[in-house]
This record gives sequence, C-alpha cells and structure tokens, in this order.
Amino acid sequence: MSAITSPARQASSGMHARTINRIVIYGLLALFAIFYLMPLFVMLVTSFKTMDEIQNGNMLSLPHAPTFAPWVKAWSEVCSGLTCVGMKGYFWNSIKMVVPAVLISTLLGALNGYVLTKWRFRGHTLVFAMMLFACFIPFQSVLLPMATILGSLGRFGVTLQNATGFNFGLGNSTVNLVFVHVVYGLGFTTLFFRNYYEAFPTELIKAAQVDGASFFQIFRRIMLPNSLPIIVVTVIYQFTNIWNDFLFASAYAGSGDVMPMTVALNNVVNTSTGVVEYNVNMAAAMIAALPTLIVYVVAGRYFVRGLMAGAVKG
Amino acid sequence: MSTVAETQIKLTPEHDARPGATVRSRLQDLLPKIVLAPSFAATIVFVYGFILWTIYLSFTNSKTFPSYAITGARAYQRLWRWTFESDPPSSWYTSITNMGIFGFLYILICLALGLFLAILLDQKIRGEGMLRPIYLYPMALSFIVTGVAWKWFLDPGLGLEQTLHQWGWTSFHFDWIKNKDFVIYTVVIAGVWQASGFIMAMFLAGLRGIDGEIMKAAQIDGASTFQLYRRIVIPMLRPVFLSAFIVLAHLAIKSYDLVVALTSGGPGGSAWLPSNFMYEFTFKRNEMAVGSASAVIMLMTITAIIVPYLYSELREKSR
Repeated sequence: MSAITSPARQASSGMHARTINRIVIYGLLALFAIFYLMPLFVMLVTSFKTMDEIQNGNMLSLPHAPTFAPWVKAWSEVCSGLTCVGMKGYFWNSIKMVVPAVLISTLLGALNGYVLTKWRFRGHTLVFAMMLFACFIPFQSVLLPMATILGSLGRFGVTLQNATGFNFGLGNSTVNLVFVHVVYGLGFTTLFFRNYYEAFPTELIKAAQVDGASFFQIFRRIMLPNSLPIIVVTVIYQFTNIWNDFLFASAYAGSGDVMPMTVALNNVVNTSTGVVEYNVNMAAAMIAALPTLIVYVVAGRYFVRGLMAGAVKG
Repeated sequence: MSTVAETQIKLTPEHDARPGATVRSRLQDLLPKIVLAPSFAATIVFVYGFILWTIYLSFTNSKTFPSYAITGARAYQRLWRWTFESDPPSSWYTSITNMGIFGFLYILICLALGLFLAILLDQKIRGEGMLRPIYLYPMALSFIVTGVAWKWFLDPGLGLEQTLHQWGWTSFHFDWIKNKDFVIYTVVIAGVWQASGFIMAMFLAGLRGIDGEIMKAAQIDGASTFQLYRRIVIPMLRPVFLSAFIVLAHLAIKSYDLVVALTSGGPGGSAWLPSNFMYEFTFKRNEMAVGSASAVIMLMTITAIIVPYLYSELREKSR
C-alpha cells in the first residue's frame, strides 16, 4: 500500500487523520465542559425566572424577562422553617464564623510550621504525624463528645452570665463554631506551612540568630514576609472548607437564628410549607455559593495548590 | 535537621556566663515548644481524647444522654446483626451497602474520568486555560449547593426528564432520585461531578511532570499514542493514582452533606451512608451507643487506609 501511494498522498491522509483527531478531542472537551457547567447554568437562569416561566418553560432556556425578585426575596424574605427573614442573617453568621476561624487557624498553622521546621526538638516527627492524622479522621468520631463539651460550656456560660453579667462567649454558637473549626483545621494549616518552610533556607535563620534576633523577631521579620503564597493558599483553603461545612454547623448550630449559611440553605430548600418557589431556592443557593466561587475565580491557582497540598503529595 | 539544635547550643554559651540571663535564655529555648504546645494539646484532647471518649460511649448503654456504665459490646453486636439483615434491609445494611456502591463507583469513575480529561487536555489544547477552571470549579462549591443544584436538575417533574419531554423524547424516563433502589446512583453522579475535575488537575500535574525526552524516545521507536499512554505514561503516574485514591476514599467515607442536600436521605432512608446513619442514630433516634459504634467503625476504615499511606509518605520525606 505504502509503495503505491506517493509520499505527498500519505502526508495529506496523515493530516486528514490528525484533523479528525483534533475535532474529536475538542468535541469531547466541549462536551465535558457542558456537563460541568450545566447545573450552575440551570441554577443561574432559574434564579432569574418567574415561577410561571419555570412551570411552563424549559429548564435550559434563558429567562424571557429576567427578574431580580427571587434574589431579593432569597436575601430578605425567604422562609427557613417557620421564620421568614431571608438569608441575610445567616450569611452574616457565616461571615462572623469564617473570618476569625480562618485568621486564627492560619496564624497558628504558621507558628506551628515554623517551630516544626526551624526549631526542631526530639519527637517533632511524631508531633507532626499526630497532627496530620487529625486531618483525616471522620468528624463523626468526635462529634458527640464535642457536643457534650459545648453543651456544658454553654451551661457554665449561663452561670457566669448570672454571676457576672457577661458570659465570655461561652454558649455562643458562633464562638463555638470558630473554636471547632480552628481545632479541626489546625492539622491542615500546620501541614501547609510546615511543607512550605521545609524548603526555606535555614542559613537565613541561623544568620539572624547570630545577629541576636529572637524567636518571634525571626518569625515576624523573616518568615512572614516570605510566606505570602502559602498564606494565600491556606486562607483560601480554610475559607472554602469552613464556609462550606455542614456537619459541624448542623450539629452545633442547627436551628434558630444562629445557623450558618449551609444549614439555612438546606432548611430553605426542604421547607415544605406553601408553594415551593424554585427560583427563590436557586437564588438562595447562588448566594451561598457566591463567596467561594468568587474566591475561586479571583485566585483559582492558589485554590488548586491548596487542594493539592491537602492531598499530601499531589 | 539536628544541625539547627547543635548550632543553637554553640551560639548561646555566653548566656550561662551572665547572671540573671539564664532564666531568660531558658525561656528562649523553651519558647518554640511553648508556642507549639496549645495546638498539640488541642489535638491530643479534642482529636485523640474525643476519639477515646466516643469509643468508650460505644461500649455503654447510652440512649438520649451519655451514660458511663460500661455494658459491653452490645452496640457492636446489634450492628453486626443488622449487617446481615437484608430483607427488609436494616438501616445499617442499607448504609454499608450504599457505601460499597457509592465508594466503588465514585472512586472508579472519578479516576477514569479525571485521567481521561487530563490526557485530552495534555494534547496541546488551545484554550486549556479556559477549560481547566470550568472542570474544576465544582470543587469550590459546598456539597449543599451541589445537592440543591442536582436535586433540581434530576427532578423528574422539572429537570432533565421534563426538558427532554419538551424536546419530543416523551418516552424518556429518569426518576432515580425518587426511586429507593437507584437513589444512591444519583449521589454518585453529583459526587463525580464535584470531584472529578480536581482529580483531573492532579493527573494533569502528574503528566506535566513526566520527562518529555522519554515520550520522544518512545515515539521515535514507533510507539502509537495509545501504546505510549498505556505502556509508559500511565505506569509512571502510579504515585498520582495512589494520592487520588486516598483523597477520594477519604471524601467518600466522609460524604454526609451531599446525601442530605440531594436526597434528604432518600425514600425511607434508602440513600443513607454510614455518616448519615451515625448522625441520625446519635442525634435523632436516641441511640447514642449505636451511633458511636458506627462512628468508630468509620474511623477504623479510614485509619486502615490513611495510616499506611501517611507512614510511607513521612518516611519517604525524612529519608
């Protein structure tokens, strides 16, 4: 066969096969892109439709007359169970929980990573291994004892409140969740900073020590200014995880006006009183999704890096 | 890394000579440990201490409230009995069967799809920078949001089925999400949608790490693209397979939110995973001891997977 066909013919048929190859590859990639985008697309268009259009129209069609009413209703009126005050309160609950939890766990992780790489002591590997394993436990295995402890701290807070007029944050759901997320996030933040500082030149630390710099001075003047990438990675990772958490939130702040966003969203969607307003539900889901989506769009590279680091090897 | 400690000792002998400075220098030496101590103590108490507490509770007779009189392994005996109670299925039987189905399909499909997409994306694709984030963004979403979105999408009356009916394919029937025998597969679909893009990113990073020279040499030897991947590239990705497996197994065993948001537990609890079983028995059905026992079983399963992995990782690194 190849003896008869001219080299030029062969080249052109090779080109032909290559073109088909490329079309197939791009076609498949596009198909999967649609698969991944579809639910978000449906959620988004539904949130701008009227109920009438949802019931009579096609799920995939664009809204005929886009309306912001579902978003407004989701933000300030939608019912979660029997209380109809919208998502805004729960949104702020989540913010109030996420910001301190992320800051504290990141700072502690940085300090731990610094100690575990630059101020090593006998048994540092064991300490790290024990903190690392804590990342992987199913939280179901600590859920109940923590609930018991938080419950008694809450009762103690009431006693304090009666005695001193101030409960020192004991029994406050937001404080509880911050505490829980810091404790169970420490493993990951420590892991991130430890692996990052491992590659940081120890000579610099030694030189600073010779110059008389103290433990905290070295941390503040040398380590922190050189840690921006890993700080971004850690903050994003923790932000996403804590914002998206449902298990702890439902166990320790599962009802009333203290619920974080994820729990409130689940309640809104499963509230079965009256007509189910799908457009409002979808708007509520979008509101819950937006903060992490925005972070992802703005700093996707760091987000992926965090996930990879969380996979230990990546 | 013992060099750090040694140089410190060399650097600080003058401390001892100065009177009054000893306490301070002692403190300086202890400072790193003092800084680490709260985190380590928190881990010991709130992770390991609480695990022991949960194990303890699983051997008691706790119902609505914890009781601390050991009554033996009754909770485990009940779970063991329920393990074989398939007709009608006990909730535990349903949970672990679902775990098997979900875990197997979720891990397998995510690995296959992730590898497939990574290989496609590695063919010098124009617009790769645009496609990658599209495949990966679901990982940034909460399982609750994912559940809500797919619940809508798979709803027979509103979602895919109705859309296809409108397009003229009226015989199309897809009600898995309301069917107790199939609801767990909808959890697989949503789970794969969420995590496969991330697995793709892991494989892509692995592919990019492979030496181009090896690929070129194989191509010169006349290997076809398919052979190239089967014989050379995929075997070289073994460490990525392992990491991806660990990530997925871990995510699968922890999956709780997705089942709640997507199916609300499914018809009659038919979509439960062990994590849902634990939550329901502990907090809703007042069977605290049984809930604790199921949590211990979950923990042991994860431990069996994670500990050998972490051990080899840490040993490799310290070498």
